[in-house]
Amino acid sequence: MSSAVAETLRDDHALIQRGVKPGSQVLDLGCGDGSLLKYLRQHKNVRGYGLEINPDNITACIRNGVNVIEQDLDKGLRNFEDGSIDTVIMTQALQAVERPDLLLDEMLRIGNEAIVTFPNFGYWRTRFYLMLKGRMPMSETLPYNWYDTPNIHMCTFRDFEILCREKGIKILNKTVVDDQHKQHWTIRLWPAMLGEIAVYHITRR
Amino acid sequence: MPEHIPHDSVGLVTPQVHHFDQPLTLRSGRVLPSYDLVYETYGELNADKSNAILICHALSGDHHAAGYHSMDDKKPGWWDSAIGPGKAIDTRRFFVVALNNLGGCSGSSGPTSINPETGKPWGPDFPIVAVRDWVNSQARLADVLGIEQWAAVVGGSLGGMQVLRWSIQFPERLRHAVVIASAPKLSAQNIAFNEVARQAIAKDPDFHDGHYLEHDTIPKTGLMQARMLGHLTYLSDDAMKQKFGRELKEGKLNYSFAPEFQVESYLHYQGEKFSTRFDANTYMLMTKALDYFDPAADYDNDLVQCLSQARCDFLVMSFTTDWRFSPERSQEIVDALTHADKNVSYACIESENGHDAFLLPIPRYLEIFSAYMDRVAADIPASNSGEPA
Repeated sequence: MSSAVAETLRDDHALIQRGVKPGSQVLDLGCGDGSLLKYLRQHKNVRGYGLEINPDNITACIRNGVNVIEQDLDKGLRNFEDGSIDTVIMTQALQAVERPDLLLDEMLRIGNEAIVTFPNFGYWRTRFYLMLKGRMPMSETLPYNWYDTPNIHMCTFRDFEILCREKGIKILNKTVVDDQHKQHWTIRLWPAMLGEIAVYHITRR
Repeated sequence: MPEHIPHDSVGLVTPQVHHFDQPLTLRSGRVLPSYDLVYETYGELNADKSNAILICHALSGDHHAAGYHSMDDKKPGWWDSAIGPGKAIDTRRFFVVALNNLGGCSGSSGPTSINPETGKPWGPDFPIVAVRDWVNSQARLADVLGIEQWAAVVGGSLGGMQVLRWSIQFPERLRHAVVIASAPKLSAQNIAFNEVARQAIAKDPDFHDGHYLEHDTIPKTGLMQARMLGHLTYLSDDAMKQKFGRELKEGKLNYSFAPEFQVESYLHYQGEKFSTRFDANTYMLMTKALDYFDPAADYDNDLVQCLSQARCDFLVMSFTTDWRFSPERSQEIVDALTHADKNVSYACIESENGHDAFLLPIPRYLEIFSAYMDRVAADIPASNSGEPA
């Protein structure tokens, strides 16, 4: 799930770590090989757990010295108590879970804040791909066919923001970047069209 | 016999016995005035004595965890798949200690050893020991070996319970805990299985209320039945289907009550083998220790509060088809540890082999185990004396 989208880890992590307070506790949903948690521990003295279901990733986490728990996000997070975590992080997995809306609720039940990143289905290339080719868009960020993609709930930035509004979720910060997780002044001109990936920092408080 | 010793074996090993004269007060209130512990070690203890791993055995295990006692041995020790040079518990970097627990029947003081007060075998009068008593005795063995702090304490099933006990009883004496296919306490169903096994033994006419040795006999039938039942619960439905299906011994039905299906003769064989090597009173004792284990009971039945005492890091593993110590039970341990803010990693290994899986060389299991043991090795403090570990 965590590797559903090709990702360049370092830049991605650089963006996410800004929203994580030093010395806090995090939960990383779909934590991959644990490199974000490892970074946060080494550079920000952050404690936490990663949830993952991919066997190779779990072994990699253990090798990285990261706390990893084998757990399927689609089966819920009932084993974590309300408000028990400072920040719940989910990198590029929102679109790959069964019910992104319910998982968002869970993230903000467990965590005081959450950081979510996902690819923008409203990116101009995606829009043109569908309009001109008449086929489900594929790209380096979304390298799958419609029938075998793990990304079963693609959304646009606007879709996500409307969901947040409906749920009474407050957006603390939003960073829109390209597929290399780089910010660029051109993206700021029209993020919903020109941004490929967004990092949302949200809370319910 | 092994024609030759495999290159990744610890090789030929010789058990050692240590006699303890310091009385041991047990959970039951009774006192063992003196006792023996038999143990084996593999690998070299480093100069700082900081690379030691303790192996805790399960219900029917003993101190012979790896290697061979002689070239005539048909099989190596019970956890040879995990202990040896290059294996998960790598004896090139760890000093491994495996012992037979008190109440056992493989050389440590137990029902078959002589009660110094009577000059006769203890039999059923050997005090019922609890998991914490084992841990106390294991700590004394650590003292004898000069080991102040284990690099890790490792065990599966009942062995995993000892690991949990170690983590709260001697928090400063271990850096890592590896708890495999275990549970924070037995369920009613599990206790029930144990009771059926004990009844099978106790109702055998040759049991003589546990004094069978004085009658020059053993409750073989009872022990066989107990083992057959136990063994059955260690396998999964799938594993049995795959191994035996409905295969017949002679290829046809004989319309008799003699064993006809392969699975029947397999169970008979397992029971038979066990009944000749294991002591019935020990079986009764060990199952009682299992039933009694409930460390949270001392903390208002709050497992989080209980495990908050721990100082070590944890690896917890379970197996998908294990229904005797199911993944949900391991998850309970993991949840308590995360609530207690402890470092813990958890993996649920896909396997068809039921509870027995923890003894088998399942690739993903051994991979995670090895990865974690690399961490254990990395946490061995740098030697003060400058000697290589």
